[in-house]
Amino acid sequence: MASITLNTVRKIYAGNVEAVKGISIDIEDGEFIVLVGPSGCGKSTLLRMVAGLEDISSGEILIGDRLVNKVEPADRDIAMVFQNYALYPHMSVYNNLAYGLKNRGIAKSEIDQRVRKAAEILEIGEYLDRKPRQLSGGQRQRVAMGRAIVREPSAFLFDEPLSNLDAKLRVQMRMEIKKLQRDLKTTSIYVTHDQLEAMTLADRLVVLNKGQVEQIGSPMEVYEKPASTFVASFIGSPAMNLIPMKKTALGWEPEQGDGVNFDIRSDASEFIVGLRPEDLEILGDGAPLGAGLAAKVVVTGVEPVGAESYIHGTLGEGGQEVILRAAGKQHYDIGQVLSIAAKQEKIHLFNRQTGKREEEISALQPA
Amino acid sequence: MKKVQLLDHAVLILGALFMLVPVTLAFMTSTHDAMSVYKDGLQMTWGGHFTDTYKTVLTEASGFTKSVTGLTMLYNSMILGFGFAIGKIVISMLAAYAIVYFRFRFGVFFFWVIFTTLLLPLEVRILPSYEIVQGLGMMNSYSGLIIPLIASATGTFYFRQFFKSVPDELVEAARIDGAGPVKFFIDILVPLSKTMIAAIFIIMFVYGWNQYLWPTLITTDETFFTLVRGMKQILAVWVGAQIPETNQAMALAVLAMLPPVVIVVIFQSWFVKGLVESEK
Ligand SMILES: Nc1ncnc2c1ncn2[C@@H]1O[C@H](COP(=O)(O)OP(=O)(O)OP(=O)(O)O)[C@@H](O)[C@H]1O
Ligand SMILES: [Mg+2]
Repeated sequence: MASITLNTVRKIYAGNVEAVKGISIDIEDGEFIVLVGPSGCGKSTLLRMVAGLEDISSGEILIGDRLVNKVEPADRDIAMVFQNYALYPHMSVYNNLAYGLKNRGIAKSEIDQRVRKAAEILEIGEYLDRKPRQLSGGQRQRVAMGRAIVREPSAFLFDEPLSNLDAKLRVQMRMEIKKLQRDLKTTSIYVTHDQLEAMTLADRLVVLNKGQVEQIGSPMEVYEKPASTFVASFIGSPAMNLIPMKKTALGWEPEQGDGVNFDIRSDASEFIVGLRPEDLEILGDGAPLGAGLAAKVVVTGVEPVGAESYIHGTLGEGGQEVILRAAGKQHYDIGQVLSIAAKQEKIHLFNRQTGKREEEISALQPA
Repeated sequence: MKKVQLLDHAVLILGALFMLVPVTLAFMTSTHDAMSVYKDGLQMTWGGHFTDTYKTVLTEASGFTKSVTGLTMLYNSMILGFGFAIGKIVISMLAAYAIVYFRFRFGVFFFWVIFTTLLLPLEVRILPSYEIVQGLGMMNSYSGLIIPLIASATGTFYFRQFFKSVPDELVEAARIDGAGPVKFFIDILVPLSKTMIAAIFIIMFVYGWNQYLWPTLITTDETFFTLVRGMKQILAVWVGAQIPETNQAMALAVLAMLPPVVIVVIFQSWFVKGLVESEK
């Protein structure tokens, strides 16, 4: 077990593609870190640099106290689980697990003991004699995990290990991975582009965008205080409503649409206002407006997903699109006008130019 | 539907006959004695001299120097066939391994150099090749027969294509598992290439077995004669004052056909099994 330290790590591929642009992260011993971001943001590249499969263009990577920039993957004391599992097709499950141990010159009896223990933990004991092709996707995934845990490494590296599984299995494996990591207390770096996976697994999330860190924090921190509009739109489903607003003679108005009642005193003349769908209350007729934001929304579509419905609408006729979340099975008509409101403390403000989070709204007094 | 099937079968039967009749003819003729073949031509019926002919062919020394039997020739052919097949597979696998997995300078260039040698078959470069072998004193030796022809552009090309289709993650997983280049090659790449090896083995064994021109040039010592050469020798030498021993030549031809058939049958089942199971 060990901490992992990344110090302004950069990766420049041939052809001057800068895939990772100076990332620094301190990962504590035993921590579960999830790297999340859209396709092509450099997650895999970063993980592969930690694994030693990719050269580091500049910066430092330390595992424990050891600088590993030039250390071979096999000598870094890490284990990796690949998206396509990368099991050795011609070897039995047993040999797949044992291969790395054999290469390290570990005694046969010790190997046997470790393989059987891992097989027991992962419930793959009965498949030990089979070849990978004789297993289902989920079983192969377990074997891939088994290959990592028999090594008893100081860190696990996962590159989208669940993305080849169907939705149900993914949820199940997600919980198992989390439990396994909690039991083994092995430092883990997990790459995914699935924000739900990221939220449920992570001790801390690292949100990446175009090779840079947008935000590092616990899932709840990232969810409740997104550092930028990018994070706000990436974490949470359905995504946060981001409404550009500007100060006019009549007060704050949305860029597109109307019917918004929002008052704060600020020197800025424009903001992006962020509102999570679940923070938007649908008010009954004539309900009083509290401090915060109120708006009229014209319903353009309803998506029932069972326990709740997502209501698509616009701020006034043809204005900015917004999504609301309504619990239960209430019925809404297309074209119906709803009064909505968000509490003061649920409103996020972002700088219009930089997209960065602005000062806390509670510090701003209503006008 | 019915008609088409009938036609299909007719074509297949015709094809089978086309292949089998000459073989049967050769085999039947080899069971007669030399006299009746000389008088009545090639035979399509059982002649009853099977054991006589084959025993003579296999064990009786023949040739100018009376130093080579059919068994020796069979042995020589085997060495040539196996030497070719194994040598070519080893060399071309190593070459393809280097080209695909190691980023050395001019790797692509070397690949194309190897590839263009496909345009230079043995017949084109036979004189320089002969010069070199003679200069090295490798005439009349197995190494002289095998080594100069052991480089294979075809094999290298096929193995290269195959290695390129092996997922990169497998290499990476092996690297993390502590397998260096040699271990990765032996533990993972070679077992994965089984079907490819079987296919190339078939082709190269038959190619080596059927060599005629090269052995004719390189070996003058009759103890190095292969079956394919021996066949011609029988007819050329044994004429003399007697009648030609056509039956014995036919027996030798039948013997020369057998090993490649066996190899194809054995490796083909491997090959097909590998294709069906598709281990990737
Ligand atoms: N070998 C390479 N040569 C050049 N550019 C590369 C190479 N590998 C990746 N890149 C580029 O680096 C960037 C980051 O790639 P990376 O594979 O890390 O993305 P990712 O975040 O893992 O995406 P995904 O979610 O699709 O797997 C991409 O723009 C990609 O095109
Ligand atoms: Mg990736």
